[in-house]
Parts: sequence; C-alpha cells; structure tokens
Amino acid sequence: MSFPTLLPHSPHVRAPLPLPDAATPLRVEGVSKDFASGHRLPWTNGRRRVVHAVRDVSFAIRPGEIFGLIGANGSGKSTLIRILSSLVLADTGSVRVFGYDIERHSMLARQLINRVSADPSFFGQMTALENLLFFGRVYGLGGPLVRSRSETILDRLGLTAAQQRSMVKELSRGQQQKIAVARAFLTSPVLMLLDEPTTGLDPRSKRDVQEFIHEVQRDHDATVLLTTHDMDEAQTMCDRIAFLAAGRIVAEGTSLELRRSVAGDESVESTDLEDVFMAVTGRSVEDDEDEDERGGARHDHD
Amino acid sequence: MTMTDLPMRSTNGRFGLADNARLGWAFVERQKNLWKRHWAWEIVWLVYGVVNTLAITFIAKQLAAEGIVSGRQANDLMLFLLIGTLVWAYLSAILDDISLVVTWERWEGTIEHTLMAPVPRAAHLIGTAVFGVLHALARTTLIMAMSLPFFHVNLGHADWAAAALVVVTGSASLVGLGILTGVLPLLYPERGEQMSFMAQAVVLLVSGVYYSIDTLPAGLRVVSHLSPATYLLRGVRHALIDGAGLPGVGGDIAVMAVFAAVLVPVSIAVFSAAERWAKRTGRLKRQG
Repeated sequence: MSFPTLLPHSPHVRAPLPLPDAATPLRVEGVSKDFASGHRLPWTNGRRRVVHAVRDVSFAIRPGEIFGLIGANGSGKSTLIRILSSLVLADTGSVRVFGYDIERHSMLARQLINRVSADPSFFGQMTALENLLFFGRVYGLGGPLVRSRSETILDRLGLTAAQQRSMVKELSRGQQQKIAVARAFLTSPVLMLLDEPTTGLDPRSKRDVQEFIHEVQRDHDATVLLTTHDMDEAQTMCDRIAFLAAGRIVAEGTSLELRRSVAGDESVESTDLEDVFMAVTGRSVEDDEDEDERGGARHDHD
Repeated sequence: MTMTDLPMRSTNGRFGLADNARLGWAFVERQKNLWKRHWAWEIVWLVYGVVNTLAITFIAKQLAAEGIVSGRQANDLMLFLLIGTLVWAYLSAILDDISLVVTWERWEGTIEHTLMAPVPRAAHLIGTAVFGVLHALARTTLIMAMSLPFFHVNLGHADWAAAALVVVTGSASLVGLGILTGVLPLLYPERGEQMSFMAQAVVLLVSGVYYSIDTLPAGLRVVSHLSPATYLLRGVRHALIDGAGLPGVGGDIAVMAVFAAVLVPVSIAVFSAAERWAKRTGRLKRQG
C-alpha cells in the first residue's frame, strides 16, 4: 500500500522555523550523566551510590539518515535518548537539534523532534484516536487535521477502524506500539528519536513498523536516531551505527566499515554486527545484559 | 540559515494568548475524555458528596429540633453548615483535579510524552485547572440540587450574583493552591500524592469550613488568613445568609484576587523549577 499523502502540512502554520544548522539535525558533544541514589546519612558514611549512565558521548547525525545506537540493556541508550528529548538534563556537554540547544532553546528544539519509546505509554481508558487527538493538539495541530492524519497513519499501520476506536487498554502490545509510532509521526518531526520501537513486537508487527519508518524517512526526509539491541534490525535499517557500552561510544561507522574493521582474516560477509560488538567491547550483548542484571559495572560512590 | 515548514506555533519559543488558549484546551478535552470513562467513580464521589452534606447539615437540624437553636438562628446554622460542606466539596474537587496533574500521568506512563511536547507549562497547568473548575462546579451543583430538598432553608435574602462573583474569584486563587500541591508528586514520587492530601487537610482545618475561624486557637487563626478558602467561605456565607451585595463581599473578593494574582504565577514558576529538578535527578519517570 502506497502512502503518498502522509503528513500534509498544517493549515495553521504561521511562519516557518529558521534552522541555525540545517546540515546537522543532531549534534551531541561531550555529554555525560550520573545518577545518585540513596541519601547522605550517618549509617551510609555520607556516601551515595552513583551510576555513570552516560560518559562523554559525542556524535553527529546527517540529514535524512537513520543513525543506529546499539547497546545492551543498561548501556545508557535510554538515558541518552531522554537527554536528547529534554527529559533528562545532562551534567556536562551539549545537545543541539538543527543548531538549537536542547536546554537553552528547549521550546524551539522540541518542536522539531518526537520520540517513540519501548513502552508505548497511553491513557489506557481513552481510545487510540482520543489519545492521538490529545498528543496532536499539544503539538499545535487542529482537531480535524489530527483526526485525518491519525486515521491515515493507523490505516497504513494496519489498525482497523474498530481498533482505532477501541480503548488503548483493550489493544495488544503490538497494536499499542503502532499507535505510539503514529503519535510520533503525526507531528511531522524532522528528527525522530526511536528508543527500541520494535522491542516485544511479533514478527509481523515488527516488519510493519520497520517498513513504515523507512517509508517516512525516504518520502518525507526525516532524520532518525534508532536505538536497539537487535543487530539484524540495525544492519537492515541504519545508514551508520554507533556501539554504546557502559555509557560510552566504543565504535562508530557504517555497517560495512565496522565489520571490515574487525574482520581480520575472515571475509566481511561472514562477519556480522554481533562480531563487531564482541570485538569492541570484549563481550557479547548477552554477557553485557547479564552483568547489568547482576548490578552493573558502572557504579561508584561519592 | 534555512527554513522548514512544520506544524508549529512559535518561531521564538514564545506563544501568543490565542495559541496558549488552544494548547490549554487540549488538556481540558483530554480530562473530559478521561472522566467520561470514569463515570462510575463520578457517581461514587457524587454519592459521597451528598451523604457528607446531609450528615453534617443534619447536625443543625437536630439542634433546631432540640430547641438549642431556633427561628432565624436555626436557619442560619443550617445554611452555615450546608454552605461549608458544599464549598468544601467544590474546592477539594478543584484541588484533587489539579494536584493529579502529575500523579495521573505517572499512573498511565504518559508523563514524559506530555512534558516533552512544546507546550508552555502555563498553558498545560491552566488548561488542567480550567477543567478542574468546570468539573467541580458541575459536581457541586448536583450535590446541592440533591441535598437542598432535605432542608427547609430560607434563601430569600441571598444575593446570588455576589456569591457567584466570590466563587469565580475564589476559584482563581484555588488554582494557584492546586498547582502548588501538584508539585509535591513531582518532587516526591513515592509520597507526593499523600503529601498533597495533607495540604488539603490543613486547608480544611484552618479555613472555617464547619466552624468560624474565631473558634481556632490564635496560632491557627493567623494561618487561616493565609488560606484563600477562608475568604471564599466567608464571602459566600455573607452573600447567601446575610444577603450582602457586592460592597459587602468586595473586601473578600479583593483579597482573593490578590491571592490569585500572586499564587498562579508563583505556582507555575515553582512547578517549572520542580520539573527542572526532576529532569536533573532523573525522577520524572520514576514511579516510586
């Protein structure tokens, strides 16, 4: 099914937004974030547990590309996405969205981005369309426009009219995630932050969402940051990839460049991204996840 | 410098009054959609409100039956308690709705999506508050309509216009108080909601809901002057029991207008500061 009329521009647009740096949808420079837990109390010797979630991360994304961020659970992907979304404030470094600083020009930067998280998160008692109506309105879209766009996108993603009018809590996890994708693309973001958007989806739903992301990126010139721990997804969807381990970027490049860098005597074709991950981090994704479940290696005390 | 054509409202990070109103309406509409699905809870609160109103106002009826109060005095006591319970139902509904602004979104998990939307916090909070006021007004009107037939009260002296003006001004001052209590769940994910109930309980104690503030010990009487509910209750009683017109309730209206003018912007600023702190410490998403 083609999708030629996706996301018509709003009739309510008053003025286009000037972009100070149109050539760089996202520039991240030296971003670090620590979280402290517990209190400074006498019986803890005044010490608190500190988690170094993100450490000195820098990268830039080019217009129209899908940039993949691969890492195990607990590697800092979601914290980084939250920093890029203005939901967590970095301790050091800067994030610029088309040249707008995410903290100092938050309102301007937030108009250019939207996000899909692994957890769909909706008002469960409201229908899919009522949820989208609310989230469209808070981005400045009028009611009729939101309704028509919502129906177009949800149709494209395979949700029936009855499902669109069902309460979200009555829909499956896969259907909810499709609504989450619709919520994000509804507002025509030029930078899309996708935090494991296909985690937990059945193969059919996963393919629907991946195809839709590709379609929007191709037809509407959106730039996408995609975090995942699915190597196949990264391989098929991303133009460039960065590996995140223990809060740091440990390798960056195209899939071919990364595989070539670790292939050694093996052929590049027989080397996959899992091999790259093992080479640059010294462990497999599963090892990293196991360590994270045991308490992680990035804790410290202050 | 290049341009892009997007569905946005602001090219400088600021929004005009009409855009703020439109963005705020999104929250009114959302709350309406949520409440229509929670109609069973609405019936529970309605029944609770009616029972509470009857239970307290019957105390005056008993005192009249036993001859402890009589004539005009009995009528005024009944009205005093009736107005107290109705105004308390009204203001606690407003405070509940507004103070749930964070808690409800944490339950649903939507808080991050709402707070990353390019909406001025003032439009967000005032939109939620407008629904809270309309919702409280509808519920209290129903409670009043269902309770009044149980009592033979004389409202012949009442100045309804003055009372309405007191309620409108008082509602604006309560919005500021509601937003301030709504900050607590943002600061304390585990116990913030309970702390906002505690703040409501203090308002109940010091504002003269069921007794005159003259009954309070000196220390609490001082605190009562810091509660906008004190002036709201006094103004409504003055207008409905004594038939005071605008000149009679003007003082209370003026005080509440000052409360509104100070509390609303201060509470929005406090909420914004708390939001920034939650983002700094990573508490925005935390459930507890």
